[in-house]
Amino acid sequence: MTSELRAPTPAHVISPEEVPGKLVAPGAEPVVRATAIEKFFADNHVLRGCSMTVYPGETITILGRSGSGKSTFLRCLNFLEEPSAGRVDIDGVAVEASPLEKRDRAAAERVRQIRLRAGMVFQEFNLFPHLSVLGNLIAAPLHVKGMSRAEAVELAEANLVRVGLAEKRDEYPNRLSGGQRQRVAIARVLTMEPKVLLFDEPTSALDPSLVGEVLKVMEDLAHEGRTMIVVTHEMAFAREAADRVYFMEAGHWVEVGPPERVVDDPREAQTRAFLARFLSERRPVPTRPDEDATPMIDPSLHPHG
Amino acid sequence: MSVPAGSTMADPGTEALGALIQRVDQRRNTSWRIKFLAMWLAIVIGLVAFVALTVKLDADFINGWAPFILAGVPVTLFIAAVSITLAIVLAAIGALGRLSGNPFFNGIASFYVSFFRGTPLLLQILFLFLALPQAGIVLDPLPTAIIALGFNYGAYMTEIFRAGIEAVPHGQVEAAQSLGMNGRTTFQRIVLPQAFRIVTPAIGNDFVAMLKDSSLAYVVGVQELLWRAQAAGRPTFQSMQTMLVAALVYWIMTILFSFIQNRLERRMASGDRATRRR
Repeated sequence: MTSELRAPTPAHVISPEEVPGKLVAPGAEPVVRATAIEKFFADNHVLRGCSMTVYPGETITILGRSGSGKSTFLRCLNFLEEPSAGRVDIDGVAVEASPLEKRDRAAAERVRQIRLRAGMVFQEFNLFPHLSVLGNLIAAPLHVKGMSRAEAVELAEANLVRVGLAEKRDEYPNRLSGGQRQRVAIARVLTMEPKVLLFDEPTSALDPSLVGEVLKVMEDLAHEGRTMIVVTHEMAFAREAADRVYFMEAGHWVEVGPPERVVDDPREAQTRAFLARFLSERRPVPTRPDEDATPMIDPSLHPHG
Repeated sequence: MSVPAGSTMADPGTEALGALIQRVDQRRNTSWRIKFLAMWLAIVIGLVAFVALTVKLDADFINGWAPFILAGVPVTLFIAAVSITLAIVLAAIGALGRLSGNPFFNGIASFYVSFFRGTPLLLQILFLFLALPQAGIVLDPLPTAIIALGFNYGAYMTEIFRAGIEAVPHGQVEAAQSLGMNGRTTFQRIVLPQAFRIVTPAIGNDFVAMLKDSSLAYVVGVQELLWRAQAAGRPTFQSMQTMLVAALVYWIMTILFSFIQNRLERRMASGDRATRRR
């Protein structure tokens, strides 16, 4: 029987490192509770019992080398990847892993409710190429939330202003630079008004000169109190914007804590090794990206524009 | 040709070389095009000469029978248009079947594709017309041709549609689902419009091919272009003339529709500004 094969529902334990960030109101209920997430790809054990608790307004950064499982963990949170075991609870909607059986209608609807509460920004943007920028933003509000067109357009335009692309509303995605595409993707997610934003290496596909404009938008969101979980290699972002940093290796958290602890003063040997290699392989960790030093790219000058 | 001060390109000799290369390139292109057109002209003159020398071209005969033969054009266009419509509907259903996780639907669809691609179209037409009456099903010639062509082309187009849908990147589906779209909305709003753009050229190609394959309806006696051409030519041993007229008409139709198809594709590409701008 499948019920015997299923892992027992684990109890959620908040580890000492998971105490809420300093800005979280005392007694606040967590927005995200991921409990003992396991993931196998065939017999490859990718996630080994990862839990995470995120409180309203917190920005979490997940660090780790490529292939450590950090993107898989993020994708398990909104069930783009089916966890092999564990439970995800976002804003009061809880879904258990169901690796062996198709979900019944009610459980499938709960997955959709989780996705409505957790907006995801992808590495490859995944804008809809057949729709204009505005079309990308209003598609889900119109066809998922059943919003009126006027209402959706108003909301979309406000979010385009927020990412600094109001004048691009009628362009098509392939006429935009990579940085602009990612900012549109962020605006598209914001237009659904999710409770938590999931970023899956949002700057990894970008030309280095375009990374700044995207990070700037993300930092603004973090500072205005959005709840965010960010998988990234941008150490400066982790240091400046994150309330807590999770460091993953081989499918589990090696070290969790505030950035000044995990990034600047790591205790675990694995974290140190990662940071050392990271520093030697990549460009030096920049200090807070100077806003004047990363000007908005004039689209007319951009080679891909 | 003003060269900014301090530029290393100031050498006027280099400028002249660039202009010379451009001129030579242009001359070479022009001469290529002239030879190309000359070749076409030579072939056409050769063919006309062959016909003029081997058979006595009877202008009165052609003028007399041309209206009869040309009356087949609307029939040919009708068969092609109705059959391609039927094929598109069948292919849409077939592609959904081939993509379905349901083994029964998938089995039906893959049997359909395998059978209709695995047997000759001419056999399929004759089967409907000659074999089915044995089972008590008697079809008129025109429906016979349309059904056979529609089912045959539908089988090929099923695979085209399936490939078109599969060509939409999986990230598109993930983005749609992460925005809370359910499977149906994702398919209707995100996957289908993109797949449609991918398969449009193939539908156009199939329509042009269908124009010519509609001539197979001749074997069951549908009075389309080819049937009329042979009916006009055979009794008087004037088939050279009538067949050439029919061939010319088919040829002009395919050139015309290829041209229209090209225009449509370009319009669609610029309409969504996808990929083809430069």
